Amino acid sequence: MVLKIFFPQCCNKADSGLLVGRWIPGQNSAVVLAVIHYPFIPGQVKQYIHQMRGQSGVDLTVLGSWSMPKEGQEGMESFLRDLSTIFPQGQWLQLSREMGKIGFGCHVLTRDQNGKLLQQEKELKEGGGGEKGEGKKGGKGGEGKKGGGEKGGTKKGGEKKGEEKKVEGEKGGGEKDKVIFIHYEQRKVMLSQLHPIENGVPDPQTESQLPQVFGTVCQSEPLFFLDKYDDSPVKLTHWQSEGREGSIIVELMKQASTPVCLLTTWILTLWTSLCSSRILNVRPMRFISSKLSTCVQLSYRTEHLQTVCSPTRATAHNHFMRKANISVSFFVDVCLGLLLVWWMYRENRIGKLANTLVPAADHVAKELEELLQWLMGAPAGLKMNRALDQVLGRFFLYHIHLWISYIHLMSPFVEMILWYVGLSACLGLTFALSLLSDITALLTFHIYCFYVYGARLYCMTVYGLSSLWRLFRGKKWNVLRQRVDSCSYDLDQLFIGTLLFTILLFLLPTTALYYLVFTLLRLVVVMFQGVVHLSVDFINSFPLFAMGLRLFRSYRLAEGVKFRVLCEEPGTPLHLMMDINPLKVSSVVQTYRTPTYSCYPKDSWLALCKKLFLGELIYPWRHKTTKID
Amino acid sequence: MQNGDQHYSMEDETYTDIDGKAISLECQSHSGFCREFTVSSAKVSIGRVMAYTCAVWLSAYIIFFVTENTAVLSSAIIITLVGMMVHIHFVKVDHETLLIIGSLGVQVSSSYASGRESTDFIEMGKIKDIVINEAIHMQTVIYYLCILLKDPSDPEAVSSVVPLFQSSKPRLNCLVKVYKSCQEILAKC
Repeated sequence: MVLKIFFPQCCNKADSGLLVGRWIPGQNSAVVLAVIHYPFIPGQVKQYIHQMRGQSGVDLTVLGSWSMPKEGQEGMESFLRDLSTIFPQGQWLQLSREMGKIGFGCHVLTRDQNGKLLQQEKELKEGGGGEKGEGKKGGKGGEGKKGGGEKGGTKKGGEKKGEEKKVEGEKGGGEKDKVIFIHYEQRKVMLSQLHPIENGVPDPQTESQLPQVFGTVCQSEPLFFLDKYDDSPVKLTHWQSEGREGSIIVELMKQASTPVCLLTTWILTLWTSLCSSRILNVRPMRFISSKLSTCVQLSYRTEHLQTVCSPTRATAHNHFMRKANISVSFFVDVCLGLLLVWWMYRENRIGKLANTLVPAADHVAKELEELLQWLMGAPAGLKMNRALDQVLGRFFLYHIHLWISYIHLMSPFVEMILWYVGLSACLGLTFALSLLSDITALLTFHIYCFYVYGARLYCMTVYGLSSLWRLFRGKKWNVLRQRVDSCSYDLDQLFIGTLLFTILLFLLPTTALYYLVFTLLRLVVVMFQGVVHLSVDFINSFPLFAMGLRLFRSYRLAEGVKFRVLCEEPGTPLHLMMDINPLKVSSVVQTYRTPTYSCYPKDSWLALCKKLFLGELIYPWRHKTTKID
Repeated sequence: MQNGDQHYSMEDETYTDIDGKAISLECQSHSGFCREFTVSSAKVSIGRVMAYTCAVWLSAYIIFFVTENTAVLSSAIIITLVGMMVHIHFVKVDHETLLIIGSLGVQVSSSYASGRESTDFIEMGKIKDIVINEAIHMQTVIYYLCILLKDPSDPEAVSSVVPLFQSSKPRLNCLVKVYKSCQEILAKC
């Protein structure tokens, strides 16, 4: 297999030293995380790596050596070779780069079972046409000299041996093994999260390569705390060496978050205990509060805030994103709500709205009265049954009269109620929309009542007709067997049954017409409420934080990677640049949607039409009572 | 020639797609185990653009002549512009690339006329094989190159098929060339 070396871009210009990273088992690849510079004490390096291994949980080792000789540092190469004796490894990489050249050179030394260095070195060429053993590229000059100031005391003897071995190895000719250098941007890979997210701990043997690479870099955060500018025995170069990053605002928010979270949690526990107290849990109150969408929204937001303000830090990516999405959604919601309140109360628009509410209700009632008068006459040229028509018409007219009186009774208080209730829109735009939905429901309550009356009447007519039609044909519905059976009726049963059937049949158009009209009105109201609920649901569940991340820091949500071949010089191995392929926008929304009590159509279109035809009461929008994930 | 890569862009045979339009194939060999194939379709033809624009604007002008409503004209302009932008950004594929890197994986990328690139990388561990499949499309049999993916639970079964060069739809001669090259690399690693 080809040897793949994942090399961070920040170490391209690092000084010579040791490579620290991890071998990925089974894939013949190595991930380089940092470079430890000279001077160092090997014992301290080993101790440091052992400490880092414990802290991060990543299997860190010394992978090999890196040499980028600057002026006055020729002759490091032989020294570097002998470092392999100090750090026992199965494979020892020697990467080198010359100033002014772009490509890297790489030598791989393998150890046999006895732990001795194999005589044979594997030199690496570029692939393609040239199969000839090309000369030693990449900085092998200056053998026999040491660079200045190393503390490797034991290396003197080893160096000489190394030289001889090297010479023999070169004469023996190298195998043409292949290497790919994959450059990656360390900071971006560290911060990014590969999708689809695996839950649980995957088996390291069967896991594919890329998640392992990402996981290695991500978990090696403790390694990146010290760098070469710190006063420590071990000097490292990694992404932090390009300049430490930090944001004062983020740090301040982190410090302030704990007391704020504690305070909010305390307030929320007070509120939930109040809500679950005995007084408010009486049966009628519970029924009303389950019907009013404002109360539902309130309880929903309380739950959300409880999730967000829990003092424990979110470690898993999913939890973190959920918390962040909820807090950003809530914040935006409250801002929009405050904006709405400011706009509404500015020129006393709320007062004007309240003043138009009662006349609007009056207007609706007048329109309904006219409609009923029209139905009582000859609507659309149809001829109605006079008596039934008059009865139904008068019945509904009386209801409207009652309703109007009720509205007029309430009219002095409407403005005040609306003014105070409108203030609750400060809690968020979703509350304002839920309020709108509730007010519509309350104001169109008479339409709902009419619909129920009409539907029940029509339903009874249809059932009666179907049953009598069965009697007409000499059949009966067997309740026990749930099927239609034949039955022999007496003559008087048949006579009365046929009479009733005829009566109902001729009364059917009248009842059907009333049913049709009121159902259409009811459907209009239901559609309006449905639209409002859908928009509330949308505001609740849309993952704003994830969307923002996708737009402005697209590397944080990764769907995969992209490779680009870098222009290299002849004689060097293949160099690829690994970029992060960001997640598609639709996948972002799908993965990070906050689960809600979503409003969804309960029945399919066919079932809905069937219910309408039979006269069963329809409630097209149903709230899910339990949240689904 | 660039930097030790081997580049074959001048072909003696001209390739066409299944509809008969001319396409071009470019093979680039970056290393012994890394190759890149680019299939380019024909660019947006100025004649067709002009034809569509004239048709839309002529009909808009006729409607304006009948209804005397200037909104028709402005909406025609907006429709033309939006339609063109949507077409070059989402519909018209300029070239499709296949980059195969031995023992690492295969990268498939489509580049649209507006410059947008959509890339997908499949790791070598998931790839079972690269084959040429036949499909019956209306009254013809067409060939397409595809990648067979392994099923994680059953190593012998094929879980899904990823078709390549969907927009350029090259013919069998072009596909055979790409197929042979890919199989060389898959055999090595």
